[in-house]
Amino acid sequence: MTTILEKPGYNPDKKYKIIGTSPVKHDGFDKVTGRAKFAADAFLPGMLVGKYLRSPHAHAIIKRIDISKAEKVPGVKAVVTRDDFPEIKAGTGGGDMTRIAMAREKVYWEGHPVAAVAATTESAAKKALKLIEVEYEVLPHVIDPVQAMRDDAPILHDYLRTKGVKGPAAEKKTNVVERLELSKGDAAKGFEKADLIVEGSYDTKPMHQGYIEPQSCIASVSDDGQVDLWCCTQAPWVYRDRLTEILKLDSSKIRIQQSELGGGFGGKTTFYTEPVAIVLAQKAKAPVKMTLTRVEVLRGTGPVSGTASKIKMGCKKDGTIVAVDAELIFQTGPYTGSAFTNAPQAMLTRYEIENVKTVSYEVVSNRPKVSSFRAPCVPQVVFGVEGLVSEMAKKLGMDQIDFRMKNAIVEGHKTIYGETFTKIGFVETLQAAKTCDHYRSPVPAGQGRGIACGFWFNRGGETTGSMALAPDGTLNIILGTADVAGSRMSMSMMAAEEFGIPVDRIRSQLADTNSLGYNRVTAGSRTTFSSGMIVVDSARKIIAELCRRAAKMWNVPEEGVVFEDGHCRPASSNVGDFPPLSMKDIASKTTYTMGAICGHSEMNVTGAGPGFAVHIVDVDVDKETGLVGVKRYTIVEDAGKAISPLQVEGQFQGAAVQGIGWALNEEYVFGEDGKLQNAGFLDYRMPVASDVPMIDTVIVEVANPKHPYGLRGVGEVPLTPAMAAIANAVGEAIGIRPTSLPMSPPKLLKLIEQAKAQGLN
Amino acid sequence: MSPSSLLARRAIRAMMARTNFNEGVEMPDLRYEAPGSLADAVKALAAAGGLTRILAGGTDVIVQMETDLIEPELLVDIKKIPALRNITAENGGFRIGAAVSAMQMMDHAALCATFPGVIEGVKLIGSIQVKGRATVAGNLCNASPGADSVPPMVTAGAIAHVVGPNGARDVPVEQIPVSPGKTSLAKGEIIESFFLPAPARNSGGAYQRFTPRTEMDIAVVGIAVNLTLDAGGVCTAARVSLGAVAPTVLLSKECADALIGTKVDEAALDKLAAAASAACRPIDDKRGTKEFRIKVAGVLAKRVAQKALERARHIA
Repeated sequence: MTTILEKPGYNPDKKYKIIGTSPVKHDGFDKVTGRAKFAADAFLPGMLVGKYLRSPHAHAIIKRIDISKAEKVPGVKAVVTRDDFPEIKAGTGGGDMTRIAMAREKVYWEGHPVAAVAATTESAAKKALKLIEVEYEVLPHVIDPVQAMRDDAPILHDYLRTKGVKGPAAEKKTNVVERLELSKGDAAKGFEKADLIVEGSYDTKPMHQGYIEPQSCIASVSDDGQVDLWCCTQAPWVYRDRLTEILKLDSSKIRIQQSELGGGFGGKTTFYTEPVAIVLAQKAKAPVKMTLTRVEVLRGTGPVSGTASKIKMGCKKDGTIVAVDAELIFQTGPYTGSAFTNAPQAMLTRYEIENVKTVSYEVVSNRPKVSSFRAPCVPQVVFGVEGLVSEMAKKLGMDQIDFRMKNAIVEGHKTIYGETFTKIGFVETLQAAKTCDHYRSPVPAGQGRGIACGFWFNRGGETTGSMALAPDGTLNIILGTADVAGSRMSMSMMAAEEFGIPVDRIRSQLADTNSLGYNRVTAGSRTTFSSGMIVVDSARKIIAELCRRAAKMWNVPEEGVVFEDGHCRPASSNVGDFPPLSMKDIASKTTYTMGAICGHSEMNVTGAGPGFAVHIVDVDVDKETGLVGVKRYTIVEDAGKAISPLQVEGQFQGAAVQGIGWALNEEYVFGEDGKLQNAGFLDYRMPVASDVPMIDTVIVEVANPKHPYGLRGVGEVPLTPAMAAIANAVGEAIGIRPTSLPMSPPKLLKLIEQAKAQGLN
Repeated sequence: MSPSSLLARRAIRAMMARTNFNEGVEMPDLRYEAPGSLADAVKALAAAGGLTRILAGGTDVIVQMETDLIEPELLVDIKKIPALRNITAENGGFRIGAAVSAMQMMDHAALCATFPGVIEGVKLIGSIQVKGRATVAGNLCNASPGADSVPPMVTAGAIAHVVGPNGARDVPVEQIPVSPGKTSLAKGEIIESFFLPAPARNSGGAYQRFTPRTEMDIAVVGIAVNLTLDAGGVCTAARVSLGAVAPTVLLSKECADALIGTKVDEAALDKLAAAASAACRPIDDKRGTKEFRIKVAGVLAKRVAQKALERARHIA
């Protein structure tokens, strides 16, 4: 049988009724009125408060932990340490995960959990934490990834050997997890053909996803060991499988219910409180709730990779890019997991370049372990690449968009990582950028304008879902992929389009891990695409079943029935003169036909369409203080098809705001002692509303033919070029293009003075 | 979460503990009192053995408690003392009660018209929600060198009226903070009010700060200038105050001297900028570097003096 993956049934001529409109999200009402239940809103009778004791040192051996005094504090029901977690070998996936949840041999960052307490009140828990005695042997620490690569750097893990190197280097103790070379052609020869060569060194700092909802969970364990977990997560099934691995539980003995998610952006793909709350609940024999404070979120959960890169690019006089050479270094915290391989794959994927050499390194260091953030590791390197691309265009006197158009990839491009693209929309996106109002308007006096482009793969993967028709003809959709940005509504809309009924007759909900099969994490911009495939497939199964039931009710052959606009009708007058049967007409009589009508679908979804974006930014810079004002910002991006244009715009705008923060002010500031200095929103400077202009959006729609509605993921593409575009704009305004993030006022003021000294502005 | 609901939460916790809802939990350490008179407030503070905090808006105290920076034994809420919640005209100036919120000041038309520089500082405190509760007295007594309302209060010549177990005294506001987080107030002493004296004829005040964000941020540098002109446009008196560049808010005589006797022309402004930079004794920290603070203090001093000059000339 042909599957929807082989035959998605995309029809370019179809006129949509629901898709392309922007109805109010069904989950929106509860969110604006405060009724929505986020993780911390959960409550169980008799639940205890769980609190962490965290390491005050960035790097130390734990010599001894004594919890005897803490256990005696009135109200304390359980104290747990490393001794309460199953031993798993260090340097393995599970070994790393359990050590992130609770330190074992060593603490690896300031804030690394070393113990946890469950008590009847928060004050009792805090009292107990103060009575836990931990003896540390403090070790030298290293946070900067370049320093961590040096021969004299403190070594985090004695067992670590660099993957991807040969010879004596492969035997050495090191902080380098992996060296990866990804190349094509011959870069050295390519540069010989270049008329213009440009190069730069770039660095970026760790920044946090900045989700507003802190991690929170409640764990409850029954007397026979059944674990119930309520938490905020982008990855319920991934959590289940990893929790069962590190806690040695059967998957059937743990049920995870995802709550409403108050932001994730990749940061809620990894668990923190969950294993600890479960172990506390097991020991205390009572439900335990653990909610991180904002300080703990910044100190204890994963910021992105800081990076250092050296990039060289060469082009011919006509603008053809002929060679690239890049060395990229990614900081990952104490354990691997930065997803740094994305960077060499995506950094140039939008340009046709014959000769490329990239060498990437992932390096451990004494900061919280990296967690994902929209297009992990890609925006940091695009920051450098697009600076050089703009420099080449400028030096050749070419229009910024024309230069990029000259090198733009089209359908049939074979990527450096081996994939061959079907229909892509980069050229169309560049054209739309060139003709948009922002690009055609002159740059206001005193301001600088920057252009940058970005790419993200977009993903598919394992997805399951189901759909049930109620007797009144309405539908419930059950999804497993976490809704990080309104995907439930997009699912309802796609189903409504399939059935030809109003979207208000359909509700989408999120299942617990016992109610559906495995769902991959909501990440990689995969959810609206992948679950959308599941929903359309399930809807089509229900429609086929409705036709079968109508045929039965009319006593005609199945092929004599067609379905349109929510009704079964005779295929022609030859079939008979039957009045159309509505979904309700059929659903209310299932007792007399063959029982309930449901659809379900399970797939390893393929065919995600890659996405491309162009950002156009105007800034002004106070030359006496280095303060940047972002004055105008336009994102032009190919969405394939915007199911709900308002939600797509929201994705673009949110990415621009996060990019502005990352570009200008957000960074983890560590003291000499390795302690985080700015663990709070007062000094971790995310943009506030008045820091950003209205972000304009242009949605380009070059359909992805592998999806029934042509859509492409839009969650990550729009962050990829953001900092590059802002830096290019700042460079135009001050005369020197910044190479270090964030472009905070002290750094920029120095650059402005340097530019003045060189007569550049 | 608003300070009042945080307090409510603490109160519920305390109640649960008292009623032995959860077996074995001790009495909470924190006491909360809300006396109706200043005398009772002074008495309560003077009698306490451990750490005490006066609770006005609570926008610093509650946050410090929530983040475990302080664990006071006693909180004395002064918002129930009626006299402390008034703004009253006095001898051409204004007296502002210690429990008057920033928003109350910003809504007072006559106060805003007379002291635009002070209001510029008040407007920059926290967010709208924070300003609904925060007080200038709290901003001062938190003793942060970056407090936005303090430099313009200093340049306006504000006097704090302090009441304590041994009677009352008047103290220039610049003498209240002594180091980050520490004040010159003795045990049991409370600021009852501030007096902002009537501005001289042809005088003007202004305040600006530098922050990387437009709002919800802490000053990296804050500068207030107050200057008075004679009929010929010559500056006869000036006060210049610098925030966030030393352990306490500074009142700089050298900066004032750069302006006095001049027409506040470019040369005087350059001298002011140099004096402002020279007055800085900053540190490198998460909010800015030493070098940056010193430079920007000069830049801001010029800009603020120009604004004050416009106001003195009645342009603004």
